[in-house]
Amino acid sequence: MTMLLPRRGLAQILALIVILAADRVVSPQFFDLRLQDGRLFGSLIDVLNRGTPVALLSLGMVLVIATRGIDLSVGAVMAICGAIAASLADTHSLPVVLAAALGAGLVCGLWNGFLVAVLGMQPIVATLILMVAGRGIAQLITEGRIVTFTSPDLVWLGTGAILGVPVPIVIALGMLILTGAVVRGSALGLLIEATGGNARASELAGVGTRAMILAVYVWCGVCAALAGVIAAADIMGADANNAGLWLELDAILAVVIGGTSLFGGRFSLVLAVLGALIIQTMNTGILLSGYPPEFNLLVKAVVVLAVLLLQSPKLSGFAGIMARLRRAKP
Amino acid sequence: MENSLDPAPPLLEVRGISKSFGAVRALQEVDFTLRAGEIHALLGENGAGKSTLIKVVTGVFPRDAGVVRLGGDEVAPRSAKAALDAGIATVYQEVNLLPNLSVAQNLFLDRQPMRFGIVREGEMRRRAKALLTGFGLDIDVAAPLGNYSVAIQHVTAIARAVDLSARVLILDEPTASLDRHEVEILFGIMRQLAKRGIGIVFVSHFLDQVYEISDRITVLRNGRLVGERETASLQRLELIRMMLGRELAETTSARAAASDRPPREVCASFENYGKAGYVAPFNLELRHGEVVGLAGLLGSGRTETARLVFGAERSDDGQARVEGAPVRLQSPRDGVRHGFGYCPEERKTDGIVAELTVRENIVLALQAKRGLHRPLSRREQDEIAKRYVKMLDIRPPDPERPVGLLSGGNQQKALLARWLATSPRLLVLDEPTRGIDVGAHAEIIRLIRELCDDGLALLVISSELDEIVTYSDRVIVLRDRAHVEELAGETIDVTNILAAIAADGAAMQEARA
Repeated sequence: MTMLLPRRGLAQILALIVILAADRVVSPQFFDLRLQDGRLFGSLIDVLNRGTPVALLSLGMVLVIATRGIDLSVGAVMAICGAIAASLADTHSLPVVLAAALGAGLVCGLWNGFLVAVLGMQPIVATLILMVAGRGIAQLITEGRIVTFTSPDLVWLGTGAILGVPVPIVIALGMLILTGAVVRGSALGLLIEATGGNARASELAGVGTRAMILAVYVWCGVCAALAGVIAAADIMGADANNAGLWLELDAILAVVIGGTSLFGGRFSLVLAVLGALIIQTMNTGILLSGYPPEFNLLVKAVVVLAVLLLQSPKLSGFAGIMARLRRAKP
Repeated sequence: MENSLDPAPPLLEVRGISKSFGAVRALQEVDFTLRAGEIHALLGENGAGKSTLIKVVTGVFPRDAGVVRLGGDEVAPRSAKAALDAGIATVYQEVNLLPNLSVAQNLFLDRQPMRFGIVREGEMRRRAKALLTGFGLDIDVAAPLGNYSVAIQHVTAIARAVDLSARVLILDEPTASLDRHEVEILFGIMRQLAKRGIGIVFVSHFLDQVYEISDRITVLRNGRLVGERETASLQRLELIRMMLGRELAETTSARAAASDRPPREVCASFENYGKAGYVAPFNLELRHGEVVGLAGLLGSGRTETARLVFGAERSDDGQARVEGAPVRLQSPRDGVRHGFGYCPEERKTDGIVAELTVRENIVLALQAKRGLHRPLSRREQDEIAKRYVKMLDIRPPDPERPVGLLSGGNQQKALLARWLATSPRLLVLDEPTRGIDVGAHAEIIRLIRELCDDGLALLVISSELDEIVTYSDRVIVLRDRAHVEELAGETIDVTNILAAIAADGAAMQEARA
């Protein structure tokens, strides 16, 4: 599984370390962990836990972006699926609730995939439709109210723990491993990268490019559904107006920070999730520092710029020249 | 009547222009002379260097060597704008004006008549109207340019260029999207401009039009100047020979001797296969161990035939058979499933996935054929890549290098490897030697022969007639999107192919005379 973490992950790991160090400075207890009622607590756990929705979204988004697409609807899909889960939670068993929510995500993904792969619409426009309509659908499901529930099963998904680790983190990790296994364990990864790199050439080489594109949007919908369920479980309710609001942008950001080009082709699942964690580490750090949250946006922009600069081919070209010079000297 | 007592220097004089892109020499010491008041056709097949020459002369590409003189003075424009200022205007096939602005605004873009910093709309429209009337156009100049036909957009672009005091007007495939009537209008304007002393370079692959409008013809092939002739004294057969054939080198089929071998088994056959408006229905039999060449001019239906055979395009009639069994070819996937392979002409856009490694590019078709659930392990991939890198001598021999960083010839070899890895029964090669350096060129021809000896069926398209003659067992000649002649055995030579390509044109010339 060396392909999951390619050589190019250095910039992201460095960025995460720097931000963690900064967090340590503003909040000396940042790395403290304590076990309470069978669940780990601490800022680090908090980062992972809060980062779960965006991490899940980025898992689907990175595949979509690898095919040279984009999915703007994931925030709205979160709202739809969260609303479905919340509405059913107190009357149905957890498997039914999950099946309904994930099924809805799958249908949303199929819709996006149909528009892009079959009708040939531009991804940004195609998914904009569901981004706008999806929130309306979610509001219809909740009938404009904030639907709350008390089902302990669903609440456990958001706040429970397995061996001390919060359930959302376990789910996100599980999804990362599952996606990695499916994508790199089969030929999907290569064929997705080929499709994104050059769809015409891939088609002529016999790759079912439409099926690839359909598949990544479906998977993106399922990931968004899971994120929506976890977000709803976390607050024990579904708010159709605000659930997942603007998270599609964070997910895209996470993918870009993870080094996957918006022009498609090469992608890395692990680095996309790492990108999501970088974003969340910043968010948490700014909250802990006591600065007003408005700073969050500015700092985010600066960090993103820094990571992108580290990745830019011009700069790595520069670094390459320096390395060659160093080698040449002795 | 020309060149004898003409003391004035030619309007545009291009001497010894060379231009390379990496290892590919796109232009080698090309000369070109344009006189004032003449219409000069610039001809050649794809990749001959016409576009490169235009772009070098107009400063879009920097040149490696050579001089350009305009009216005797050396010019070296650094951009299309600088060339325009010097008096060299180019109108491309895709008109590069702004369709959302009015005709008048397009004509006077960047130089609108102003008073007190305000555009004088009325004055601009009057002048636009007057300008276009001079070109025989009476249209509403206030309407957006995009409302008008491509022909009118072309004329507008030409009017703008001429009004910008262009002395040299380069028209790159101006008639490609015009109907017959519009072509007449355009030709009328071209003649009128020539009378005013403007020199016009006319790039086109419609030979009838070239004969109708041009005074002289310059032919390029493989980045070299083949010759410059008076149109009136140049036979069509001779012109086609200049465009396709090698001078006097009468190659004969190296495989002709083998043609009395017992007939091979049919690999794939196509019966009454065609698509309306694409290529006329044809019958084609491809046998194991046999190379069939497709010859014809640009746009004659060669690539179209190849795409139909592979399944990249659907036929609307006819029956395809593989090893005798009827099959349906609806998509490239079908073609790949039946053991076909296709190396397209446009390697960069249709062939390689530049960002992926040589290894990934080589295994792509095999993996697509096996399906998602049967992934090739990394070890299998490494073995396949290593085998073909060695067998085809792909350089540098590093399977982990992104294929986009390889030279054209090595990219072509990687594409060949991609298909060979699928153990195909039929390979369709569209211009396999285009744009690659001489060494790789010879290697690829050697490969084609070897593959054929191994029992593969090959369908090869090439503009290099002597090349086709060298390796083909049969040659099918196309003209105007139809298969018109099939040559086999000893009848395969450049002369016969040229005659078949030109037959129709010669008849038309006779009819006109």
